[in-house]
Amino acid sequence: MPALTETIALARPRAAAARKGPSRSLDTLFRVCSYGAALFVLIVLAGILGSILYGGWPAFREFGFAFLTSSAWNVGTEQYGALVAVIGTVASATLALLIGVPVSLGIAVYLTQLCPGWARKPVAMTIELLAAVPSIIYGMWGLFVFAPLFARFIQIPVSNLVEGMPVVGTLFYARVPSGVGVFTAGIILAIMIVPFIASIARDMLDQIPTVLRESAYGIGCTTWEVVRHVLVPQASVSIIGAIMLGLGRALGETMAVTFVIGNANRLSASIFDPSSTIASRIANEFNEADGLQLNALMALGCILFVITFVVLIIARLLTRRVKAA
Amino acid sequence: MDASNPMTISDAAPRRSGRVRQSRRVADRVLRTACLIATVVGAVVLGSILLMLIVQGVRGFTPAMFMHPTPGPGSEGGGIANAILGSLVLTGIGITIATPIGVMAGTYLAEYGRFSKIAGLIRFLNDILLSAPSILIGLFVYTLMVRPMGTYSGWAGGVALAIIAVPVIVRTTEDMMRLVPGTLREAGAALGAPPSTVIISVTWRAASAGIVTGIILALARIAGETAPLLFTALNNNSWFSPDLMGGVANLPVMIYQFALSPYPNWQSLAWAGALLITATILVLSIIARLVIKPQMSR
Repeated sequence: MPALTETIALARPRAAAARKGPSRSLDTLFRVCSYGAALFVLIVLAGILGSILYGGWPAFREFGFAFLTSSAWNVGTEQYGALVAVIGTVASATLALLIGVPVSLGIAVYLTQLCPGWARKPVAMTIELLAAVPSIIYGMWGLFVFAPLFARFIQIPVSNLVEGMPVVGTLFYARVPSGVGVFTAGIILAIMIVPFIASIARDMLDQIPTVLRESAYGIGCTTWEVVRHVLVPQASVSIIGAIMLGLGRALGETMAVTFVIGNANRLSASIFDPSSTIASRIANEFNEADGLQLNALMALGCILFVITFVVLIIARLLTRRVKAA
Repeated sequence: MDASNPMTISDAAPRRSGRVRQSRRVADRVLRTACLIATVVGAVVLGSILLMLIVQGVRGFTPAMFMHPTPGPGSEGGGIANAILGSLVLTGIGITIATPIGVMAGTYLAEYGRFSKIAGLIRFLNDILLSAPSILIGLFVYTLMVRPMGTYSGWAGGVALAIIAVPVIVRTTEDMMRLVPGTLREAGAALGAPPSTVIISVTWRAASAGIVTGIILALARIAGETAPLLFTALNNNSWFSPDLMGGVANLPVMIYQFALSPYPNWQSLAWAGALLITATILVLSIIARLVIKPQMSR
């Protein structure tokens, strides 16, 4: 018996080789090509990190750790620091999440639980299509439509109301109520990430087995109780993953923010004041920059790379774990 | 709770008798109202963006727009023909580079490296690259191509767009090829076909609609990308020249520069360009959806 299996095992590759003959090298070539293409993804990611590290290195060497903590950005004296842009980036993205997450989760719950059946598909499809609208459109809308209205109906009244008050007075006081600023950027980012988070969260809620929902309704739960005690615990990890993906998007968003944040390098405690984010500053200054300014912008790019990639890695780990379970 | 009240499973929100406690009912009402408000607010805001785009865009939409290049500062009239042409060329370069790389990489992940560690790593990094800030890709291509060549160029713009398109294509190709049942591959292999033949004439053919969808989605994604083009293709106010070395006019950067300009005719051209680009992207997304549907239901 063992001898027989051995002969078969020996005979098989030889026969196969005889049959494949001419196409074997093509076969290997195909395999190598596909492997090379897959490695391309790795190379690009390494290239992105490598190129901005290379470009930003002179700035890091010049300013050292102080680059992170300095709020200076002076082209004339060649003093650069990342603090204002980093704070602007984090603040606008946080505001975007605070506004956008409740709305997107509300939409996801509405679409999966409350919406009448006939409207479900068209509304869901509309939301997914809106996620494809380029960000520059949101920026234009923000600058030309939203900012003037925001200045007139929110910034000016609120500024007048809170003027002179402690804490609130600094947080919500607009020195120049032009409608642009960190808060406006946060709102526009929120509008941008709503379709994105809502459509992922809707997918996650849809994947929960109907039996679970029906059993909860069966023992007399109200819709709120079903959502709170059945759906949320089931989908929480993946929904947090979806939110992190949205955060990654908000942190790196360039065009929409550049239009509405005001692009000022000023450290201000008020969320109504103009500021800048890392991405908006790069978009604004890169083409006219050279020398150390260019290096400083690249160094800002490094910081953005680190922040967004940490967020995205966490997001992907969270969404992946659920898929495997 | 409501044993006396017969309910059907399909009746998701049964009529409550008086035995549901007041606080529970209030909490339920509040949630329902909040969700409804969220949906209405979302729909109204997003709808108003599209409406504004259409109103402003149609105003600037003229036949002349397709025949004249972008106007100089302070001059009247003009069109965006060079930007439209440039955008088509840049997107074309991008998708031509990205399609073979993306499809082959997706094939590797789905067929050869299904369980290998390196494939797992690549899959993970590809997902991250999918949502990486596009401005960083712009910086990368700037360092890679614009700086060594000493000039902004259409090629650099095309490469930047290709890098954005690749992860989209990789992801869809892999997902779609995984939907192809293993028995088909086994049948091919049983006939003595080598793996490459099985992939080309069995798996690819079975997944073709899905792969095409991925390419269309990638097209929709890169058509509106602005940030990476700022540092690579930049802009050009003259007619498109066949020479891709040098700035190439394109719609997104044109929109960005014209929208922020003080000239009213520039601003109206920017709105018209924005409408054109959004309409194109929405049409592409809808086509992608129509292509994928028969594939999924099969």
